[in-house]
Amino acid sequence: MKLLSLRGVTVRRGSRTVLEGIDADFARGRLTAVIGPNGAGKSTLLEAAAGILPFSGSIELDGQSFATIGRRGLAQRRAYLPQRAAVEWPISVERVVALGLTPLLPSFGGLPATMLPLIDLALAECDLEALRDRAATNLSGGELARVMLARAIVGDPELLIVDEPTAGLDPRHAIDAARRLRARADAGRAVIVALHDLDLALRFADDVIAVRDGRIVAMGSVDAVMTEPVLGALYDVGVRISRDDGGASIGFVD
Amino acid sequence: MNPRLLILLLVIALLGASIASLLAGAVALSPGELLQPGLGRIILIELRLPRLVLAILIGGILGLSGAVLQGLLRNPLAEPGLLGVSAGASLGAVIAIYYGLALIIPLATPIAGLVGGFIAAALAMWLSRSGGMLALILGGSAVTSIAVAGVTLALNLAPNPYAAYEIMTWLMGSLADRSWGHVALSAPFIVVGALLLLATGQALDALALGEAQAESLGVHVSQTRLIALFGTALGVGAATAVSGALAFVGLIAPHVVRPLVGYRPGQALIPAMLAGSILVVVADLATRLVKFDGPPVNLGVFISLIGSPFFLWLVLHIRKRAI
Repeated sequence: MKLLSLRGVTVRRGSRTVLEGIDADFARGRLTAVIGPNGAGKSTLLEAAAGILPFSGSIELDGQSFATIGRRGLAQRRAYLPQRAAVEWPISVERVVALGLTPLLPSFGGLPATMLPLIDLALAECDLEALRDRAATNLSGGELARVMLARAIVGDPELLIVDEPTAGLDPRHAIDAARRLRARADAGRAVIVALHDLDLALRFADDVIAVRDGRIVAMGSVDAVMTEPVLGALYDVGVRISRDDGGASIGFVD
Repeated sequence: MNPRLLILLLVIALLGASIASLLAGAVALSPGELLQPGLGRIILIELRLPRLVLAILIGGILGLSGAVLQGLLRNPLAEPGLLGVSAGASLGAVIAIYYGLALIIPLATPIAGLVGGFIAAALAMWLSRSGGMLALILGGSAVTSIAVAGVTLALNLAPNPYAAYEIMTWLMGSLADRSWGHVALSAPFIVVGALLLLATGQALDALALGEAQAESLGVHVSQTRLIALFGTALGVGAATAVSGALAFVGLIAPHVVRPLVGYRPGQALIPAMLAGSILVVVADLATRLVKFDGPPVNLGVFISLIGSPFFLWLVLHIRKRAI
């Protein structure tokens, strides 16, 4: 079922058009990978879809425009993680995760006791119980990625938008991160992820949007988009997809 | 530490410091003598009480504003002076002294300081209107440079040594000989400024995750920035107009309390405000108790003497953490 739909979304930075005429739909229960070369507009597309960037065109969440839903209402239903998400003060992991509940808090006063179980749940879901009291500035890359994901899912948003969650992670942690996002989609949420790692996209995504020069060049199911001709044209390099019992993998040839 | 317990302890400490401050002064008077009608009560109500109230208000707004700006800019070295408000207020006050307005109109110095502070803040905001946090810092330092140049020019052109001396004394920062008139002039601005600054708490907590995540959590980042600047301009502008520039309070107070609230920027606001008040009340008390040969040490000088080693420690500490 369609949750988020973009129609004719265009983003300008100064006189430059970084995203032009984007039409796309994102459904509940599906993980959509946004792929494309550096500077293609992947991050801009995600920021626009998250509603944190001024755009022209229309974006609707469940048939309601972002303007109607409002800043706070949107924040309650959608979570967004930028690239290299980090924490600036040595705040404890538990408190960082609690920040994900900010849009649900009353304007004044602290965290209501009724919300504490949500934090415990998110910590458990991301295997963070042991790190609960650790300062968030004192974590490894893999641990920080899990903390940020826990922060994003603590309010159980219908829509989860994540920009490059696997950048800088070793293969084991990258797969772990992708698996957790997959689990969100399997739980019925819409998940949009920008990915550089095409093997992960091939393995974990349902749908793929290929972006280049601010436009969508291909869009559809993984099998329809992740083909040698489409990827070759997208990245301007030769692409070979090899399939065996262990799944498919993508190789680039010069 | 439980935030409520911390606030309670700080309030008790502030009460203790306040009582000590009321008892200390040029004339040694017992608590009984201070409360009896007559000279004692006049000294208490007309001299020591306004001075104490100003110390609490000014210290509080400096500590609070420092905590808000450090949270907003996510920089532990940010302080209220950064926006050019203090320098602008100083220039305004110096102009009033220079032209002898202070001799004609009572309270001319703080009124001119208030105007100077607001002009400086407006200028800094205008300079940084389209940019982000960095533009704000640069705009603030540009305004500070202009105001400092103006102050030095006034010193240079001072018509007589007495005017230069008066300007210098004012610049050193002091709460001596302040009256209820000073309180009435500054308190409304300081209170409104403090309320604005306190309203940013939740946004500052979210800003610990950076601007993009804060925005995604429903925080209106540019609006928060405007409220923080406006609150600082009102509160710190009024504070500086009355006392002269008191450096380091806005820098130190947030740092002292931050580890006690788990480094959460929003939770640090009220404790930083109380810590700022305690710091200024105690320092003002110390200027009356610690005596050297010659004139008494000014409040601003005293705080700088304690503050600069702390600043050095902070720089070394941050460098260590960064590596």
